[in-house]
Amino acid sequence: MSEKKYAVEIEDLVVEFKTDDGIVKALNGVDLKIEEGKTLGLVGETGAGKTTTGLSILRLVPSPPGKIVSGTIKLNGESIFEKPEEEMRKLRGKAVSMIFQDPMTSLNPVMTVEEQIAEVIELHEDINHSGAIQKAKEMLELVGIPGERGTEYPHQFSGGMKQRVVIAIALACSPSLLIADEPTTALDVTIQAQVLEMMKDLRNRLNTSMLMITHDLGIVAEICDTVSVIYGGRVIEHGSLDDVFNNTRHPYTEGLFRSLPNLDDRTSKLKPIKGLMPDPINLPEGCTFYPRCDYAMEICKTVKPSKVYRNDEHYVECHLYDENSVKEGGKIGK
Amino acid sequence: MWKFIVKRLVSMIPVLLGVTLVIYLIMSMAPGDPAKVILGEQATPEQIAALRDELHLNDPVLVQYARYIGGLLTGTMGKSYNSGLECGIEIMARFPNTVRLASVSVVLSVVLALPLGVIAAVKQNTIFDGASMVFALIGISMPVFWLGMLLILFFSLRLGWFPSSGSEGLKSLVLPAVTLGFQHMASIARVTRSSMLEVIRADYIRTARAKGVSENKVITKHALKNALIPTVTVIGLQIGGMLGGSVMTESVFAWPGIGRLMVQSINKRDIPMVLGCVIMFSVSFSIINLIVDVLYGFIDPRIKSQYK
Repeated sequence: MSEKKYAVEIEDLVVEFKTDDGIVKALNGVDLKIEEGKTLGLVGETGAGKTTTGLSILRLVPSPPGKIVSGTIKLNGESIFEKPEEEMRKLRGKAVSMIFQDPMTSLNPVMTVEEQIAEVIELHEDINHSGAIQKAKEMLELVGIPGERGTEYPHQFSGGMKQRVVIAIALACSPSLLIADEPTTALDVTIQAQVLEMMKDLRNRLNTSMLMITHDLGIVAEICDTVSVIYGGRVIEHGSLDDVFNNTRHPYTEGLFRSLPNLDDRTSKLKPIKGLMPDPINLPEGCTFYPRCDYAMEICKTVKPSKVYRNDEHYVECHLYDENSVKEGGKIGK
Repeated sequence: MWKFIVKRLVSMIPVLLGVTLVIYLIMSMAPGDPAKVILGEQATPEQIAALRDELHLNDPVLVQYARYIGGLLTGTMGKSYNSGLECGIEIMARFPNTVRLASVSVVLSVVLALPLGVIAAVKQNTIFDGASMVFALIGISMPVFWLGMLLILFFSLRLGWFPSSGSEGLKSLVLPAVTLGFQHMASIARVTRSSMLEVIRADYIRTARAKGVSENKVITKHALKNALIPTVTVIGLQIGGMLGGSVMTESVFAWPGIGRLMVQSINKRDIPMVLGCVIMFSVSFSIINLIVDVLYGFIDPRIKSQYK
């Protein structure tokens, strides 16, 4: 095994939110690694802990109520939990930046668009204000918005344009790690393709590593090198694109694929996964997925499954497999 | 923007007509005959009847009102029943005192309330937050006249630091301004805190943090301007309320402003003078509201684009 360099390594990350109803267990030991220059797709349902994972890397989990209970996060080999706030601030927007999910609310309504882009440039680069504004206009052009519209306010932009402004802010300082939290959810398909193209281009030019948070398996197939499937605050299956797409092991991952519309057979019905995400305040004792799982066994109710490796990269957390049977596959019906 | 301002100024006319009509009706229905009050206890019924005739008090109320409005259009508020002088002259002589008192109170309350509200929000659920909100609660609950009397008792009578009444110099301004400003400071602080609390949880604040903006800048540059939008509304309303509050404060401290003039005129059934004061209050209130609306435009570009 050759020495791999990782842009980010997350180990056993546990994050909780204290609420009036109880403690919400958002992340329950997330493991995640992104190799330098590669893109990892973090896939899961709403509430599975995708955004919290992203925010943890920036150390921006709102606290209170949120609390990072245990685990480590390393950025380019350095643990971020030991860093003083001042140093962390220098990383945000420069080494790591994040594209937020909801473009409608992610921009400050009382600042012009170019000011908002220029702000991050001024913070991290040795440049005067007019220089930063100039660069902000260039960033706007890069994401397909005429530079002269920079003097306008967010409310004068459409949703798709706002999302592109959010992307421009995230890309302005050419971060080495980009966390994209459902960057295309708010966009129509034609713009979606453009934005993905832009991000691919960035990755190729600047060797940016990316954490692509999404529930769109199409985007994962398009852009990602590796895939982590997250459920109930844990990565339950991880592997290369080929591993996860073509040698699917976890029943939940399989369920995600079956929930996709089939373009070849338009009369076929969708097969959604039955039931709902478990309440993160009362997670099931054993496997968090067992109440919805077609293959659930007695052991699933009480014992948490541990990682079973199919190859160096690909693992699954499921009682259906042991070290031998995981290599054979075929446990779950197609 | 200018079109908006002119439109708003024109819309003040019906407001003023309505306000004066209501006050005119109330004053004419109030018990007590102005003629009797003017002439005093010893007046004969003939004298009273003659004066009532002279003041047109026997005409139907609406005719009287129409005559009054006619007078306003020709630039006169009528003569005071009490002094016999033109009302406008006395009102204009007193108005600057009220403005002086109110503006010092406003500045005082805003300067104290904004930092108090912002810090309370940023340090939510700490001792500071609790203490400042208890302080604000006391301020809101305390009636102006009572606070005024307490301040006089303590600072004038006991300590002798400030005069209890009059309007000579800055010293005599302190107690009335504090009395008038305290309640408003409390409300402004509370609104600032709650709007700030809402804003600092907003997504764009998270975006700012993710850019690497320092916490101080996040608060002062990104959050405060957004939080000011509801706060400015309240400050505007408070200034209007201050004009009303000045009626009581001026009475407590014998401050020679139009609030006190109005109270005195009501007691003397001096209808033209009361109306004059009310008009002055209404015009000031409307203009302050207009200024607040214009200010919005400078704070919030979304609102500015609607001013057409």
